This record gives sequence, C-alpha cells and structure tokens, in this order.
Amino acid sequence: MKALLVGEYREGKLLESTYELIGFAKQLNAEFDLFMVGSKDQLPQVDAKLYLADVTTVGEYNPSLHKQLILEAADKAGADTIVFLHSSSGWDLAPRVALALNAAQVSEVVEVTADGYLLPACNAKLRRTVKSATAKTVVTLQGGAFMAADPGGAPQVEELSSSADGNTEFGGYEQAEAGEVDLGKAEIIVSAGRGVGKPENVEMIQALAKALGGEYGASRPVVDAGWVPHDRQVGTTGQVVSPKLYVACGISGAIQHLAGMKKSEFILAINTDKDAPINEVADVLVVADIKQFAPALTAKLEG
Amino acid sequence: MNILVCIKQVPDMESRFKIAASGTWFEESDLAWRINEYDEFAVEQAVQLKEQLGDSDLTVLTIGPARVKEALKKSLAMGCDRALHVVDDAAHEKDPFQIASTIAAFAKEKSFDVIFTGMQSQDRGSGQVGVLVGELLNIPALTTAVEFACEDGAVTVRRELEGGLKAVVKAQTPALVTCQLGLNTPRYPTLPNIMKAKKKELLEVPVNDLLNEESRLTALSLTYPEKKGSALILEGEISDLVDKVIGILKEKTAVLAK
Repeated sequence: MKALLVGEYREGKLLESTYELIGFAKQLNAEFDLFMVGSKDQLPQVDAKLYLADVTTVGEYNPSLHKQLILEAADKAGADTIVFLHSSSGWDLAPRVALALNAAQVSEVVEVTADGYLLPACNAKLRRTVKSATAKTVVTLQGGAFMAADPGGAPQVEELSSSADGNTEFGGYEQAEAGEVDLGKAEIIVSAGRGVGKPENVEMIQALAKALGGEYGASRPVVDAGWVPHDRQVGTTGQVVSPKLYVACGISGAIQHLAGMKKSEFILAINTDKDAPINEVADVLVVADIKQFAPALTAKLEG
Repeated sequence: MNILVCIKQVPDMESRFKIAASGTWFEESDLAWRINEYDEFAVEQAVQLKEQLGDSDLTVLTIGPARVKEALKKSLAMGCDRALHVVDDAAHEKDPFQIASTIAAFAKEKSFDVIFTGMQSQDRGSGQVGVLVGELLNIPALTTAVEFACEDGAVTVRRELEGGLKAVVKAQTPALVTCQLGLNTPRYPTLPNIMKAKKKELLEVPVNDLLNEESRLTALSLTYPEKKGSALILEGEISDLVDKVIGILKEKTAVLAK
C-alpha cells in the first residue's frame, strides 16, 4: 500500500486529527505521503513527504479545487489508497476524489482486518467487512478508531498550486454562541437521550443532576428536538467531555455521542436495551426505564 | 422550479438484528421499516421549498423492493407531488456508487434545479450517495446542511462542522444539498393529505433501465460487534437497582463523598 493521507486544517490551525491518519498508516506499516491545504507555519510534525497547498490562495473550503489538488498529489505520490478522516471535511471531499479516480470508497473504517475493512452498520449495532474491487481505494477513518501517532520530525514540503474555479462560495464560519454552561469543566454530567420520551421528562434528568451535584447534558436527538439547548449537547458536534462521572440516561450510544464522552472516568448507563452500543463504554449498565429509575435514584440521594 | 428528493427506507434502529443466511446482510423479516431519519429532513426541506416558491414540481425517488412504496406514500402525504419507485429486490447488494449512478441516470434528463438527499443512511452510513450524485451530474454538492435558504437562483446552507462550528456556503442552482439531523422539523402527514396522496402519481421503473455500472465494493460479511464492553449489567426491581447503584458510586467514584 502507498497511502496519501489528507490532513485537516481549519481556522488557521492544523487539526490534531491529522495524527490519527498518520497513526493509521504506521499501524499498517504502509508507505505514506501527506497532503494538506494549510500553512507553512502550521506543519504537522512528521518525517514524511508533504504536498502543501497554501490556504491563503486556495481557501479553507473549496471542494472542487481541493479535489483537483488531492488528485495532483495522489498522482505525484503514486498513491493507491487515499485516506481521509470521516469528518465534515472528509465525508465531503472523499466521494469526489473517489469518483475522479474510478475508485471504491470505504466509509468510516474502524479496523483493518486480514480480509478488508471493518465498518459499523445499523447505528453501530452491527459490523460489515468489505473490500475494494478497484485498483485504487479511498477510505475515511472513524474519528478515534486509530491511535494518533506522536508528533515528531519535520515534513519535506512540496508546494502545489492550482487555480481551478470552484462552483461554491464560502461565506465564513459561525461559532455557536456561548451558552450558560461549560460542560467541559463539569465533574458530574447527567445526560438525557431519546429514552426520556418527552420534553417534560428532561426535568427528571435535571433533578438527578442536581441531586448528584452536577450539570445536565443531552444527546443530539434531544437537542435537535429543542428539548435542551445546544450548549448542553455532548458529542462530536457538541462538547467533548471527560467528567469523573457520566450518567447516560436513555442514550443508545451513537458513535458521535460515544466519541464525546467515552473518556469519562466512570460511566453509568441506564437503558432498556442491554444490547445498546452504550454498553461498549459503560462501567455499569442498569437495564431499566429511565423514567422510573431517575426519579427513584433522585429520591434516594435526596432522602 | 423542479425539485427532487431522494430517500431510503431503512429498518427501525431499535430492532434486534439477525444476520441472514448469506452472512453479508441482516434478516429482513420481522423488522419494522421507516424512512431513513436524515431523509425525513430532506423531504421536509423539499416540501418547504416548494411551498416557498409556489410554482414548483417535487418528485420523490427511492430504490428497493415492494416494501419501499410505503416510504414513498408517506413522502407524498408530506407534500411531494409525484413518486418514482426504482424497483430493485437486491438494492442492499448495491454499493453507494451504483445507487448514485442509478439516481443520476434518472436525474440527468429531468433538469432538476435542486436535489435533496439525507447526509447518510442509518443502516450503512457511507455518506457518499448525495455527493456522488452531484459529481455525476456535475453540479455543486453542499453537504451536512443544518440551515437552508433558496433565493434568486442560489442556495445557501450552513454546514455543520465539529465542535459547534458552522460554515456558510452558497452555490448557484442547479445544486444538490445533503441534509443533517435537525435541519427542520419534519411534519406528520395529516389524514386529508394521506387521502390526497393516494391519487398522486407513483411510477415504477426497473433498476436495470437506469443502472449500468458494476459494484466497486465487495461485501464479505456482516457480524455482531465484539463485546468490548466490560459493563456490569444490573437487572431487577427499581428499588434494588437504586441501592446497588448508590453502593457502586460510593465504592468506585468519589462523587458521593462530598
């Protein structure tokens, strides 16, 4: 395998996820080069060839132009495998590159096996193993699935420039407004998931959080439904937290949620489904309806 | 304006899945089926766009066996004007490139101004089909939309990135948009609209009329995840569970000591 790793850069900074791509290549003992849109002031620390497109001329978001640059780098590198992170940037770019290369794309790889690539299916309740049937392959890696390589060394930079016109216009970034709480600082977090059933039941999660002396949070569906404000969302698109105690209430454990809380010191999950993926990260799984369990636990704690 | 929304029918994710005898897919009997959650947001956005513009025509498309008609009927009841069922009893064996090629083969003759898809499916989650359709049709593809607007022949979306960050992106139509959860609030079909939907056009086309491409991926196996979890599982009466949990929290964490 000769891999081209597509590093990530946003708002003027190299993203740490780039080291997960390097970790992946090292784990496979694969020969690799890197590509990134970025800046000479923010180079990844790695002893490898780096094809660099200057962000000030090609922009942070311009998929058709970035695709051309990646194709140019892949060609120069003689790469047969183009590797992205399965992120908002990776899942946007990877299919474009795959199509241009007549290559299969394997999305959200969690492991490489002797036969092929292992992927989650059905909300991580199942795993699929697939292999590429094309000469070149594009893969996207699930965030956190591969151990990040330690930074070290300096890349040999070759600058790429391209001037293809894009068919999209980038209008800048918007950061979510700071809310009333910084969950990243909370030592105890009690989070509500779909299993709470209806908006009124969020109160019993708040009550439990209060009884434990912590903050309350929520999984994505609860925030999307408008039951809990966005600044309390735990997961990759919300906050990544690592409290001393995380209580997952009626949360099945979508990958995006697990990635946001699995580093918590102690995880207590309450769920009616004991096969739910939250089981993979929980220390204790209570098989119960949260609507009965939470008020009972709160009463006992306050008693 | 001519609008297309592409949807998929998937099993309810709360289901208990059994691996099929083929070893590469799950047993489809005994499952409840519904519209892929991401696609419900796509249908809602397409209907809202049609309502905003007035003089528009909205087609909903899906690929699959006979059961997928239910998903089309629901979409018609939500406000789509017509439906296309690409009949394929082996749709689950197609890879994202083949699915996208099928949609693009249908769409290229129809000059749609805006095409909506979900950003991914809940069962396979490749996140590829929408972008591939855009690339095959050579139109801009804007992914992961959590806000959408269409004005003066251009679409503007807010893309959801990581950590609460959004990116504002604009493109001239024709354009394709993939929809993230939370983009809008999908409506429930009302009874009168369900009745009206029964009179709407629902055409069938065999997949082989549209698909001319080989699969680029080989499915080897479908398995249950290895149980990495070492979670202690507690079952029983609520009051006993509460006592056990308090005991464990006292023993294993410092949070109750204060």
